[in-house]
Amino acid sequence: MQQKTALHVHKPVGTYRYVQIILGVFFSAYLLWRLYVVLIAHPAYGPDTWLRFTIDGVVLGSVYALIAIGYTLVYGILFMINFAHGDVMMLGAFGGYFVFEALGAYKVSSSLSFLNAYPVISVILAFLAGMAVSSTAGYFLEKIAYRPLRGAPRLVPLISAVGASIFLENAAQLLFSTQRWDYTNPAVLNRGAGWNIHVGQGTVVVTYTGVLTIVVSVLIMIGLYLLVKRTRLGRAMRAVAENKSTAALMGVDVDGIISRTFIISGVLAGAAGVMWGIHLGLVYYYVGFIPGIKAFTAAVLGGIGSIPGAMLGGLFLGVVESLGPAVLGISFQLKDVIAFSILVLVLVFRPTGILGEVLSEEKV
Amino acid sequence: MPMLEVSDVHTYYGNIHALNGISISVEKGEIVTLIGGNGAGKTTTLRSIVGLLKPRQGHIVLDGEDLTQYKTHEIVNKGVAMVPEGRGIFARLTVTENLDMGAYSRKDQKGIQQDLDRVYTIFPRLKERRTQVGGTLSGGEQQMLAIGRALMTHPRLMLLDEPSMGLAPLLVESIFETIRSINKEGTTVLLVEQNALMALSIADRGYVVQTGRIVLQDKAAALRKNEMVRKAYLGEE
Repeated sequence: MQQKTALHVHKPVGTYRYVQIILGVFFSAYLLWRLYVVLIAHPAYGPDTWLRFTIDGVVLGSVYALIAIGYTLVYGILFMINFAHGDVMMLGAFGGYFVFEALGAYKVSSSLSFLNAYPVISVILAFLAGMAVSSTAGYFLEKIAYRPLRGAPRLVPLISAVGASIFLENAAQLLFSTQRWDYTNPAVLNRGAGWNIHVGQGTVVVTYTGVLTIVVSVLIMIGLYLLVKRTRLGRAMRAVAENKSTAALMGVDVDGIISRTFIISGVLAGAAGVMWGIHLGLVYYYVGFIPGIKAFTAAVLGGIGSIPGAMLGGLFLGVVESLGPAVLGISFQLKDVIAFSILVLVLVFRPTGILGEVLSEEKV
Repeated sequence: MPMLEVSDVHTYYGNIHALNGISISVEKGEIVTLIGGNGAGKTTTLRSIVGLLKPRQGHIVLDGEDLTQYKTHEIVNKGVAMVPEGRGIFARLTVTENLDMGAYSRKDQKGIQQDLDRVYTIFPRLKERRTQVGGTLSGGEQQMLAIGRALMTHPRLMLLDEPSMGLAPLLVESIFETIRSINKEGTTVLLVEQNALMALSIADRGYVVQTGRIVLQDKAAALRKNEMVRKAYLGEE
């Protein structure tokens, strides 16, 4: 018989529950007190600064969201965390980097490079290249590192994923050395350039790269939503996620759908990588590591396996990480600590995440 | 030549020898039933036929073609549909989407529409609930959906695994009535049931499965009179 195991969500009982409640009240009270302090009692920053933090958070969050969707799509179908996903994103970032370099070197006139003559086309080409590189990487990653382990205990592909991640980082180090490469954007997309908005006594710069990031990210998420909800492929993906053997009984090539899921996650990760390069400006062989883990946190936060959860979790994490140090009055270098504290808190208090749900019995 | 010929099939779960040389045959247009107790190997037989399990030995031949070399989705595309045990409804897909999944690999829009109309004619309840997600249906409605979905693959051969499981007696009867009429319209049926009485009442022939082997085979009417079947599976003294 097919083994049917429900993934039982840890239900805290007795004193543990009280500890949770007490801790929860304590955290909330502390947070409210800090908000009171920084906003009313001793305003540390003006409204312009708060707005800047929030915008930064949304930009970063929309990148996290794209990567997080990749984790969630793969988890929804294979019940494994693709720990090499951050490195897939890194490869995509390099894909875009080389397109910018090549177009920057290609002169259309004596003083003007293709990059600056046709910035829109250049950016589109960079995104396409990043997506192509990442989706190819995702496709082969699944074929080589995960498919042979289909049917193995769940821990095994997880270890393989960690191995694949180390492999990709080291391969990238061989190819691109340990140097940090500057992403040369088209001139109109200079980092820091943007619209000035007056808020209170100050001004906030809404950067072009930030707006580009948010817009592209939203467009891709809408596209993904339509793909999953409206197309034949999306329906097959949902069916495979719910029950692989029944999906096969409908004539669905389950392995083919799994391949395509990795390709789609790769497309999202590639776009995220190019955004990362365009907005933040540096790419290097382990550039995918931190956003990869952050996005994993976001996916868990939103409820792993849920696509809206990954979007929400990504945005939330980006904003919290950006506002957190200011609210808590700690050093901005501790923003990573905040992100990973959230991971721990979510796993302790609500392992299913914000939009997560108990897995159905037929799953796994 | 029989439509489906299963000969000397051995299937394992890990080291457990679940099918110990099963041989059955199904003629075109028949209803054939496999009856037997829990764990006898009925479900395993069906899963082996559709390729969800790979037999280690033996042949499964559909209209002259050996199926054991194919993957499940390829076998389904050759005209074998299976209504799995426990129905396997996609709980988060709507009724329409579930039915569309049945027509997943078909391209003939006209034929799909005809089959959809046919399913809605057989099961008007499904038409009423077509926008509901599968998980919210009752057990009987889910069984209708599972059968309707299998019909959407436009099968030559339909395998049904315990269609009566968990249903009220009245519903069981109507489901079996439906199976019979589907068969009359030209679909060959291989039916696995613990409810041997119901199964034998609509089947042409039957096989009795015990511990991975066929221990008895006969016309359904003869099996109903058989001493051993009556004692073991029909609960009569």
